[in-house]
Parts: sequence; structure tokens; C-alpha cells
Amino acid sequence: MTGRWVAMSGLLVAVALVLQVSFFDAFAWDGVVPNLVLMVVVAAALSRGGQTGMVVGFAAGLLMDLAPPADHLAGRWALALLVAGYVAGRVRQDSGRPTVVAVMATMAACSFVATSVYALSGMVLSDPSLGFGEVLQVIGIGLVWDVLLTPLVLPGLLALYGRAEALRAR
Amino acid sequence: MTQLQNRPVVRREGINRRGSLEPRDPRSPRRSTAIALVLACATLITLDKTGGALDPARRLVGEVFGPAESAVSTVTRPVTSIPDWLRTRSGMKDDLAKLKSENAKLEQQVRTTAYDRNRLAEYDGLTKAAENIGYAVVPTHVVALGAAQSFHRTATIDAGSASGIKPDMTVVAAQGLVGRVLRVTSTTATVLLIVDGDSTVGGRASSSMKVGFVRGDGQLDGGSLELQLIDQNATPATGDTVVTWGSTKDAPYVSGVPIGQVTSVYSSVRDSSKTAAVQPYVDFGALDLVGVVVPSGTKSDRAIIDADGKLKP
Repeated sequence: MTGRWVAMSGLLVAVALVLQVSFFDAFAWDGVVPNLVLMVVVAAALSRGGQTGMVVGFAAGLLMDLAPPADHLAGRWALALLVAGYVAGRVRQDSGRPTVVAVMATMAACSFVATSVYALSGMVLSDPSLGFGEVLQVIGIGLVWDVLLTPLVLPGLLALYGRAEALRAR
Repeated sequence: MTQLQNRPVVRREGINRRGSLEPRDPRSPRRSTAIALVLACATLITLDKTGGALDPARRLVGEVFGPAESAVSTVTRPVTSIPDWLRTRSGMKDDLAKLKSENAKLEQQVRTTAYDRNRLAEYDGLTKAAENIGYAVVPTHVVALGAAQSFHRTATIDAGSASGIKPDMTVVAAQGLVGRVLRVTSTTATVLLIVDGDSTVGGRASSSMKVGFVRGDGQLDGGSLELQLIDQNATPATGDTVVTWGSTKDAPYVSGVPIGQVTSVYSSVRDSSKTAAVQPYVDFGALDLVGVVVPSGTKSDRAIIDADGKLKP
């Protein structure tokens, strides 16, 4: 991971996070917004593999845990996105760019896994105590949001990461 | 297929022979990294659960992200307010009829309520609200809302310690109680909304003056509240207005702020206690202009609406 790559990822995560809480809250569907930070993590994992995906997921999740208006126990999103980064890294194909279907499926899987891990950690820590139906509803809506936005956001992110990769290889 | 079967064997050898000699794809996740990161998460959760060890980190991140959220929210407000217009246009007739009947009902309640009549007159603006609850208010905008994925109902407002805001101050909107300040940075503050599952507010049923606790049920859309009276023989009346009873030294909640209206009462068969569903006056899906209740005469970098309803620079 070069310095420039880290800086680019950090900037992408920061922009995604701010848009998520300050822009998309106006379009929230039952309070659920698209998880743009997760999209950055998935893009990083798809372009550089699971090792990088996990580290980016952890760092991005930590930022989600600490940036206002978050009030849950810090470390919960870090854990959730770390797992998502791992899952996305597993899907990554070694040869060539991943197909559209593969990217959509990865995004759906990661959205499901991340929100589930986050909700499960909340149930274990009772932070706050949650109803099961409520959790399923949030996971479902989040998944639909993320899959809907994937064709709009992920190609751009993957192209950015692809260019960064090409620059590095030169 | 053979590759898949070989992989675990290679890994086991790798661990036995120390990491550097391991013949592995550098991009596939290292087990040591995974374990270290998961342990880091566990440590963070433990630290946060046991006390305020992470407060400085939260404050630091808030100092950076707070202004960014304010900026993005301000710049995108023309776009983000479009859904509101659409909502208003499509359901305008329904809304108007509903509001008219509601208004009539509310007016009647205000007239007949046993609670302090002056304080519960009409809340048609933040200025009016400040006047009615008799406290000075710092006007501020909501710049970020916590996502439902986080299962917490919180918001960021664009006023912080520089505007005289401190933790555990009451946040109100023109219609009623919004929540309380959890933590502040110099330019922003984080607010816990009363509909959050962790929120408890001391509430008073205004017709009987009976006190109880109003809890958020953490529901997603709009949000609703539950009132449980301390006196278990008392029954809250449907349509009753619930107001805050207030805390010592006005923190975290000042007294006399309307919270919501009792919509239905149901009793638990098991312990014969009664719970009332309370519809909050504030629409938590469309929060924008809110005010933070501050002591009169607070030093602030912005204009304060004082208790007499006048704007003080």
C-alpha cells in the first residue's frame, strides 16, 4: 500500500461517510440509507484482495463508529466492515476485471453480511435491545439500497482503483 | 478443485515454517492480520463499554467531520428539500384536512388542559417555543442524521461549544421536544433523539399531572414513544398531552416542553401495569431547524432567542 493509495482510499471513505449522513438522510427509506462506505471497502477489496479489504474495512468502520452522529459502541462497524472486506476479497477473481454480475452479487452479499454482523454484535451487547423483525427489515432495505446504487457507484470506484493499480505497476 | 484441497495444507505448513517462507498469494488475507484486527475491534468495544476512554477520539473525529457535514448539508439543502416538496404536493389535501382537525383538537386541549396554560399556548415557531417554555434557545440546523443501519436515532447539529452548548442540554423544535445533547465539538454537537431505544424522558400527563417515563421504542419510520406512569393505578387518558417534568438543574431536560399526545392505552396482563402509546409532536423524519435550550445570558457566537422571544445578537 503506497502512501498515495492510502490517501486516496482515506479521501473516498471520508467523502462516502459525509454524503451518507448529511446528504442521503433526506432520501432515507424508513431511516435506512445506502452504505456508501461499504461500497468503497468492497471496491478496494475487489481490486487488491482480502488482505487490503480487511484493513480498509477496519479503518473505514472505525471512522463510521467515531464520526458524529454515531453513538453506538465503537468497534462494531469496524468489525462488520472488516468481515465484509474479507468476503469481498474472497470473491475477487485473479484474472481480469470482475463481471457486472459478480460485482452486484458481491455487493449484495457484503451488504447482508455487514449489516447482519453489526446487528448481531448489537444483540450480543444489547446496544440497544432490538427486535428481530426490525433487524430483518433494516437488513432487507439496506440490501436493496446498496444493490440499487452499485451500478452507479461501483464502476467509478473500480475504475479509480484500477488506474491506481496501473500507475503502481508502471 | 485440487487447488482448493491443497490450500489448507499449504497454510498449515506456512504457520509451522514462520510467515516469510509461506508460499502464498500476497493478496489473500493473512490469518495473523485477521486475528489482530478482530482483537482490535473487541478491545475498542470493551473500552467504549467500560467508560469514556474513546471520548477524546470521538471529539477529534467530530472536529474534522462536523464542519464537513455542516458544509455538505448546507450546499445540498436545495436538493435534499425536494422530497419534502413532493411529499407536500402529493398529500397536500389529506394533510390539510388532517391538520385542520388536529389543530382544532389541540386547541381544545390547550384550552382545557390543567397544565400551565401560558406554557402550552401554541408552538408555531421556535421563537414562540422559546417564549412559551421560558428559556433562551440557540437556533441551529440539523446537518446529519444517523442511519437506521446503526439502530440508533441520533443527529448532528451545526452549533457546538463555541455557541455555548454543553452536553446534557435540552433540544427542542417548534413543535416540541427533540432530544438532548450527548457530546459537543467546537462547532457541532451530537443529539440523542427521544425516539431512540435508549432514551428515557421524565414525562407528565398534563390532565392528571401524573408523572411517568417516556421511552423511545427505536422504531424506524417517524418514531413513536411509550409512556409508563409510576402510579400503576392511574390510566393516561387518550388524547392527553405529555410534557416533560424536568430534571434538577434543568439537565438533561427542562420542564414543561411538550413531548407528544397519548394515542392509545394498553395494559399488560402479567403485571397489570398500563402503557400508553405516545405520538411525538416532532416529525423525526423531517428535522431541520431546532433549538438548544441554554441558560439566559449564555455567551454565544451566534444570535440567541431569549426567553422573551426576542433575538439577541
